[in-house]
Amino acid sequence: MTANHQTLALVLFSVFIAVTLGITTWVSRNRRGSAEEFYAGGRLFSPLENGFAIAGDYMSAASFLGISGLIALYGYDGMLYSVGFLVAWLVVLLLVAELVRNCGRFTLADVVAARMAERPVRIAAGTSSVAVSVLYLVAQMVGAGSLVALLLGGTSEAARSWTVIGVGALMVIYVSLGGMRATTWIQIVKAVLLMAGTIALTVLVLLRFHGDVNSLLSTAAERSGHGLDFLAPGLRYGGDWTSRLDFMSLGLALVLGTAGLPHILSRFYTVPTARAARRSVVWSIGLIGSFYLMTIVLGFGAAALIGPDEVRASNASGNTAVPLLALDLGGGAGSTGGTVLFAIVAAVAFATILAVVAGITLASSASVAHDLYASLRRRHAKQYSEVAVARVAAAGIGAAAIGLGLLARDLNVAFLVGLAFAVAASANLPVLLYSLFWRRFTTRGAVWSVYGGLIPAVLLVLVSPVVSGSPESLFPGVDFHLFPLQNPGAVSIPLGFLAGWIGTVTSTEPSDEARHAETEVRSLTGAGAA
Amino acid sequence: MEQVDRQEGLDASAVPFDDPWYDATASGRDERVGAGAPGDGRPDAVPRQRVHSAAEIYLEVQRSPAFQEVRSRYRRFVFPAALAFLLWYLAYVVAATAAPGLMARPVAGVVNVAMVAGLGQFLTTFLLTWAYARHARLRRDRAALDLRWDTQEMTRGVTQP
Repeated sequence: MTANHQTLALVLFSVFIAVTLGITTWVSRNRRGSAEEFYAGGRLFSPLENGFAIAGDYMSAASFLGISGLIALYGYDGMLYSVGFLVAWLVVLLLVAELVRNCGRFTLADVVAARMAERPVRIAAGTSSVAVSVLYLVAQMVGAGSLVALLLGGTSEAARSWTVIGVGALMVIYVSLGGMRATTWIQIVKAVLLMAGTIALTVLVLLRFHGDVNSLLSTAAERSGHGLDFLAPGLRYGGDWTSRLDFMSLGLALVLGTAGLPHILSRFYTVPTARAARRSVVWSIGLIGSFYLMTIVLGFGAAALIGPDEVRASNASGNTAVPLLALDLGGGAGSTGGTVLFAIVAAVAFATILAVVAGITLASSASVAHDLYASLRRRHAKQYSEVAVARVAAAGIGAAAIGLGLLARDLNVAFLVGLAFAVAASANLPVLLYSLFWRRFTTRGAVWSVYGGLIPAVLLVLVSPVVSGSPESLFPGVDFHLFPLQNPGAVSIPLGFLAGWIGTVTSTEPSDEARHAETEVRSLTGAGAA
Repeated sequence: MEQVDRQEGLDASAVPFDDPWYDATASGRDERVGAGAPGDGRPDAVPRQRVHSAAEIYLEVQRSPAFQEVRSRYRRFVFPAALAFLLWYLAYVVAATAAPGLMARPVAGVVNVAMVAGLGQFLTTFLLTWAYARHARLRRDRAALDLRWDTQEMTRGVTQP
């Protein structure tokens, strides 16, 4: 990458940072520091705004660069990710969004605690929400470090460390000063930038092939060296049965995990009604679906125009496929068009990471302050003090994420994201669905289902090949792996559901009919909604 | 209990009285009159009796035919739809990982079964989203909103447990 790219990309980064800091100060002027304001942005966003913000929260750099890169390298197998990431939204739309909006206030634990003994349930759900958020956050920080270093050419260790620290500091500023209102606007800006950049690149790819998708695909297949196999599944996940099972496990985690991600759930509280929550999910499904369709075109476009070998030479996991494609579409290295497009793609990727990171930090600070702090402390916590705790928690989580991000900087980003989804699907989704739909569900069932999903998921990872026993693992020197799969979802998700069921049927106390009635009536009608 | 209901029903239609649940000036009770969704034959409103706690009110609303109708409309759509798309997605993932040979069969030009199935997933997601939003808007929203006002009016002024 030449100095021109770097200068222009840095200028665009700085413009984005300046604009988002401006938004943060602008929206946080004259605001009361209420919890409603800090966690939910006053609940007055429109479905269109919230739809863009949800899309901005969800479409991470891992999708933008990672999935197109996978398609460029392995063809069809990369598409499997995009399908899982999109179909997951049907779970959110049909089973979760409206009901959660109706009967919660700020967090997942609100929904469960409404019909259970509050303290144990809040502690359990708060813990698992923070665990999911921190995993997801570390993935994004690691991604930010390697990505920015890669795009700016400074692949030195120092450059990566400073990027991680800088991103962490920025997100703490956005979240502590601006709360949900600033975070939402940053996500909206990011979603618009990301969609605009993706549309522009897709149009350029299609123009290059005169709109002929068939010739785009056949050129990609030809250039890949795999022929028509490139357009069929099996190049990446078609090896032995362990790797096939591993992918099925990942697929399950992707489709069930989205509905348990705390930063996605907290977005539904920023609109006034359940109907608005539904309409925002419809908007976001439209945006996310068209985005993933375009990443498929970009991935095959990169394979056809750049070729997998050159992509692999630049970055082994394919993360630079889209920036390289942008360079080529703009007229090649050294041309003005290429430089501009490359810098824009780099800036969009950077914006993407900042926005996602801010969203997760806010959601996890809400879990810390609203669930854990409020339950573990004696109650004299007034609203003001809860927001103060949340601001401090955001700084603490930022510091923890920076530390872990620096420690884990050599871990594979896609794996970390898959792991966060698996934990969310095992620990958060069962308890949420049982609370909303099962009349006999009890406090013990709720607590067991959270820990019964969370603990196996984490333990299975510790004894998986990710941590030990293979050359790519965290500790390559030792081997204590017992579980063959990298993603624990196939085992831990059923365990989470099973633990909730066992906990409920072995409960000595009967379930509370009246509070179940309240949850059911409120979730379906919106009576008494915050 | 039935007698009480009937009596109160008569009262409500005949005499304006100062029971807080029947206070027509606040929170849009007037809009509700005759506001059933087109053709949905809105079932009876929540039967009213004098209740003393929010818990009793929610139990009463839950047992009312109007609420049962809203809930069954929601569940009759959502449960089969969720089962169908989860099975369709799992079938797709299993086929892609376990039967790549089948997925590689050409359909037209370089487009093969896998491409068609993948794009089919996108298409069915968009279609189901549209169908769900339409179903909720036409068959559920109005009745749920009526119940919301009824319930909120009943709980107004009642001490929370």
